[in-house]
Formats: sequence, C-alpha cells, structure tokens
Amino acid sequence: MDVAIIGLGIHPFGRTDGVTGLEQGAYAARKALEDAGLDWSDMQFAYGGSAAAGNADALVSKLGLTGLQFINVANGCATGGSALQSAYMAIQSGMFDIGMAVGFDKHPRGAFTVNPEASGLGKWYGDIGMALTPQFFSMKIQRYMHDFGVTNDALVRVAVKNYQNGELNPNAWRKKAFTYEEVATSDMVCDPLRKYMFCSPAEGGCAMILCSAEKARQITRKPVFLKAVSVKTRNFGSFEVFTQAQALNRADSPTVRASKAAFEFAGIGPEDIKVAQLQDTESGAEIMHMSENGFCKDGEQEKWLREGHTEINGKLPVNTDGGCLANGEPIGASGLRQVHEIALQLRGDAGKRQVPNNPKTGYTHVYGAPGLSGVTILSR
Amino acid sequence: MATSVANTEPIAPGLFTWPSNDPRLLGSKCQNCGVVIFPAQNSCPACSSTDTKTIELERRGKLWTFTIQGFLPNRPPYEGPETPETFKPFGVGYIELADQTRVQTRIKTNDVSKLKIGMEMELVVENYIKRNGKDVVAFFFKPVDEL
Repeated sequence: MDVAIIGLGIHPFGRTDGVTGLEQGAYAARKALEDAGLDWSDMQFAYGGSAAAGNADALVSKLGLTGLQFINVANGCATGGSALQSAYMAIQSGMFDIGMAVGFDKHPRGAFTVNPEASGLGKWYGDIGMALTPQFFSMKIQRYMHDFGVTNDALVRVAVKNYQNGELNPNAWRKKAFTYEEVATSDMVCDPLRKYMFCSPAEGGCAMILCSAEKARQITRKPVFLKAVSVKTRNFGSFEVFTQAQALNRADSPTVRASKAAFEFAGIGPEDIKVAQLQDTESGAEIMHMSENGFCKDGEQEKWLREGHTEINGKLPVNTDGGCLANGEPIGASGLRQVHEIALQLRGDAGKRQVPNNPKTGYTHVYGAPGLSGVTILSR
Repeated sequence: MATSVANTEPIAPGLFTWPSNDPRLLGSKCQNCGVVIFPAQNSCPACSSTDTKTIELERRGKLWTFTIQGFLPNRPPYEGPETPETFKPFGVGYIELADQTRVQTRIKTNDVSKLKIGMEMELVVENYIKRNGKDVVAFFFKPVDEL
C-alpha cells in the first residue's frame, strides 16, 4: 500500500530566542495541519522526536489532549527519519490511516556534547578528546580525498552552493551566501574542514501528515507518495563515527545499504531521481554521500561540482533548501526537513528555489551517529 | 621512565599493558572468526561469538587517516589539561596495525603540519593529566622519526 504525505509544516530553523523547542514543534504541527486542511483531532497517531528539547509527546498539551497514540522516537541524527519511517509503517500495516510525524529541537551553541558511555564507549574516550563528531567527518573525508583524488576545491564548492540555496529559502538559518574566498579561508576546525564547511547544532521544528494513498486523493490535489523508506545501521567493517577500532576489511556503509534497499523497493534507479537531499553535516559528507547513494562514482564529485550538476538548475540538484549547512541541525527535525523540502519541490511549491521541469521523483538521505542512515524515495 | 609507578595510574584499566617498558594496547581476538578489535571485549562484533581472547597488539603501524582537532573540546567529557589560552591543535588518527585492526588514537607530535597518511607511528604511554593527586598516563602514537 502506498503512503502519501498530504500536509507539510515547518518552523524556521536557526535561532529563535524566547521560543522553546516544544513551541517550535507545535508551530510546525499546526502548519502541517493547516496545509492538509485538517484538525489535530483528525490525527489517529503521531511519532515524534527531540534530542535536547524535551519529550515530543508533550506536544499533546499544546495541540490538544485527544487521546491519540503518540510514540516518542530517539535515534540520534536520524530521529526525524525514524519518526517518518515509523509513521509509514503504521499506515502500511493497516492499523491506522492517518497520522503525523513531527520533530523539533533546540541545542545550545557550539559543537554537540557527547556522553561516550551512553554510546557504549569507555569514559576514557571522552576524557582524552576523541568523542567529537567533527573529528570523524574530517578523518573520513581525509582518507576519501587520499583514495579518490578529491581536493579542497570540492569542499569549498559544496559549501558555496548550499549557502547560495539557503539565501533563497525563507526558513533557512543562514540566509547569506558566502564567496568562494570566504569559505576557503574561514578558520580551520578539523583539518581539512573549515568553519563554513560545517553545519552547527541549531533550533527548529518540522511536521508532516501521512495517510493511505486511497485517502490522500480525497483530501488533497497534491499528494506526494513515499515510494520507499529504509533505515539501516552499520555493518562490521564500515567506517563510522565513534569507532575505537576499525576492521581492516572495509564493509559498505549503512548509507550504501539503505540506498540500495530503497531503490530496490521502489523499483527505480539513481538516474530516475530529479532532486535530492543528501546529509551534509559538513561539505565532505555531501561529497561522499553523492557516491554512497549511487548518484556518481567515487572521485567524480569534483567534476560534478565544477560543472554545476548539483545546483538548482543542474541535472541532479542537491540540498536545494541549503541543506544542513544553511539550516543547521536540530536533531529531531533535521531528517524531516529534508523530506519537507523534496515534497515541496515535487508539488512545485518551492518558490525561488524551485527546481525546473516539474520533477516527478525525489530522494532524501539522513546520516547520523552512531552510524545509521535513513533514505526515502518520493514521487508525485 | 620519568614517572614513579606508585603514584601513577592508567587512564582506564585494560586498555594497555602497564607498567611496561614495551607498552602494548590490549585488544581481543575472536576465537571463532579471527577478527581483532580494540579495546578488548568479551563478544565479537563481527560474528557475535562470545569466545574471545585478550591479545597484545602490534606496537608499530601506519597512519591510515587523521585530522587536527582545532578547538578545545567541550568539558565534560574532555579532561585534557589545556585552557582556552594554552590550547594547541592536536592530532587524532587511525593507526593500521598489520593484520590486526586500525586503532583510533591521539597523536603526539611536535608538528601537526607534518602528519601524512602512510607515515610510520609507534605506541607510547605518557603522562596526560593529574587526577586525585595521581599522574594519569594515556596511550598515544608518535611518528617514528620523533622517537
């Protein structure tokens, strides 16, 4: 049974002083209901997540105590993607025919603070200064650049593109484009990645209404269908964040596996995708995720970037809303923001950043600690 | 060794041989599939077997990848001795130990700009911080040409 997305809501990402994460989530939920022309009391269930802004199910006290089934989701950076997948399964199972996936967050400034023991690591790992996600991303791209000849130029180009897209997105945090020079000379954070190549923890909320395909046509003229949803965790041998020792034999990443499973389920291939959101925790991640998701070969990314293939008018626009770089990363909402953007693009509602030629099929990919990926394929 | 063993403790038990003039990291080898991991644990993440044996890992290896940590990490969890004023970027990397595994480690070097994939590195156990009046030692890898 196909599952449709029939309502989209977002609270602007970035910093909203004086507004709690929960209130940002409630705002996004109301926007999604308004978009679908429905009431909160129409929702039979909700899955929601927040990493740092309280329990998502506290939303019911803002939106209404209707007695619906509300389940909190916590799955690291893939929390939003996991909430969506849970909602998808709830409808596919036939148990419910309409409900909500929602996520919000409000993180303090600066890098994420990690509790190593909660991730199954020794306390010493944090004591000594290795429990930092930027280190992993930097070490992964460092090796990738060595193996496949990708250079700093590609890292800069990803950041320049995503901030340019952010400038066109009224809900983005960073609405100012940076020049190539500004990115290339920004402070070094973790070699080879510089300040403007990293996203930052932030705030925001995102919600969407899902229902059965059958019901969707009665409610909206513009349903977007989830053709596949796949969440995978790491296999032994893949190089993931917070790995104290890596196997000598490299295994496929959870992204590669989630992507293959999604394409197989949807019965289409990467060449059919016309617009994509790929996790860009930093510039290097977007580059590696272009190939891990099957869109190009290892090492081809630099050429793609130089030729503008991933720009809004290119053959595969990537992170058209500015991605994590321009939006920041409120963990609970981030994966949902990606789906929100692709659904808008497929509906033709993306405003100044609308991809031309009426794209029919889109793709989202979220990646997070401790090594899991969530992929969706959407079509109208 | 410059430090007195009596007033010294390792950053965590079971990570490396201590005290020792030929320090080694302690990993475990799965008796079912042969996979080696670090730190030692009583089950195998590759094949799920619970039959593992603690082994001493190779002391020397090659730098497989690295980064230079450019900002003072958040406390907690970080316990390093630096202040925002004294902080200097430090190296972190993975060392490939032949036929065993790749271990993540802090890198001790006088010049982080010389770090290069493939360079030869050796395990050292050195003073890291003071805790409860004791010197705490931790493991690091050092470029062989700086030994």
